[in-house]
Amino acid sequence: MDFHTPSSFEDASKLAAEATGLTRFLAGGTDVLVQMRSGTVLPDTLIDLKLIPGTQGITRTPDGGWRIGIAVSGARLGDHAELIADWPGVVEGMELVGSTQVQGRATLVGNLCNGSPAADSVPGLVAAQASVEITGLTGVRTVPVEDIPAGPGKTTLQPGDVISGILIPPRGEHAGDAYQRFTPRTEMDIAVAGCAISLRVDGDTISEARVAVGAVAPTVRLVPDAAAALIGSTLDDAAIDALVAAVRAACNPIDDKRGTAEFRTEVAGVLAKRVAKIAYGRAKGEAQ
Amino acid sequence: MSKIHVTTVVNGDEVEFLADPRETLLDCLRDHLGLTGSKEGCGTGDCGACSVTVDGVLISSCLMLGVEAQGKRIETIEGMANGEELHPLQRKFVEHAALQCGFCTPGILVAAKALLEKNPDPTETEVRYWLAGNLCRCTGYDKIIRAVMDAASEMRGAA
Repeated sequence: MDFHTPSSFEDASKLAAEATGLTRFLAGGTDVLVQMRSGTVLPDTLIDLKLIPGTQGITRTPDGGWRIGIAVSGARLGDHAELIADWPGVVEGMELVGSTQVQGRATLVGNLCNGSPAADSVPGLVAAQASVEITGLTGVRTVPVEDIPAGPGKTTLQPGDVISGILIPPRGEHAGDAYQRFTPRTEMDIAVAGCAISLRVDGDTISEARVAVGAVAPTVRLVPDAAAALIGSTLDDAAIDALVAAVRAACNPIDDKRGTAEFRTEVAGVLAKRVAKIAYGRAKGEAQ
Repeated sequence: MSKIHVTTVVNGDEVEFLADPRETLLDCLRDHLGLTGSKEGCGTGDCGACSVTVDGVLISSCLMLGVEAQGKRIETIEGMANGEELHPLQRKFVEHAALQCGFCTPGILVAAKALLEKNPDPTETEVRYWLAGNLCRCTGYDKIIRAVMDAASEMRGAA
């Protein structure tokens, strides 16, 4: 196995494009090393991205949004009070990934590129309308987070593509987000269903919303119908019923040992209702 | 590929070793540096027996490559006692009989020390969540949690 530590994303992209055999990028390594250990993925080329300048940074962008480096760990996100004040749902999603030890290394981009439909940090990013900056052979482009997962373990990234940063938009006033998942245990488990909602209020009325679900379809999914059910409402019972129905209609889950398709669909609706209430409370500045 | 020369600091001492890039930090600590206090329970980041800190951050050393240790500062269970004098956590684990087979103990001690450095006055719930990634099949955890709480209390009093 060849091991590279490029000092720029352009070099990382070229190395990946020119490599033969199986190539993996290494950030936190909490999925890649497990796959190497089990023998399911034995890379011929491993490209460690952590020595590239800026990969450890959490920085405000000039427009008031955030740029998160690809090697920022969950532990670092969880310690960043200013980011949590803006995007608590994004951070609480990431903090549900794995143990304290895993949090010390695991990254948002790794969770995204692992391609799990149950990735806890991805619904929050999708609801937040986050995007990723991709450095590829033809230059740098920006792509919405929801366009990256292609199916379990698969992404839409092409050979030579490497994600070089996560961009989260400015939070703005009177807005809040939240993420919850269901697991049989409280810790160290994988989501059976998850839901993230980001919304903005004008007085008591919801003026903007984005709803994303996890673990109930082959990919994390944005649910525009569920957002439409919220927009223009005051989160009254009728709006919640419409939200729950739209979320359940968007579910296309599998049956497995963690939950049946019927159960996942039911729970996704329950989570949507709870998460909407938390996000609404946060948007209105009520302590949550 | 040939082995890679790695220079790093382990428990305050500069060390160097030659690592195959596929070897984990745990492999390197145990097989190249003879530091066998960190244990391999699962090898997949689930059990916490290989817990160490890297630049002050708690991690599973089975989920990091040895070559990634270049230029880092690593603390392992071997650096916890001060000579013959046990760390308060170690002493409280003995007093509370917070171990039976002992295989998980180095990882739990390293993890608990990292917690108390970040939060000297944790609630029992905070201790339980922090240590959720450290599995113990003997004790049922109760004595471990009591030992950590007691050590935290003593360390606050001593400070």
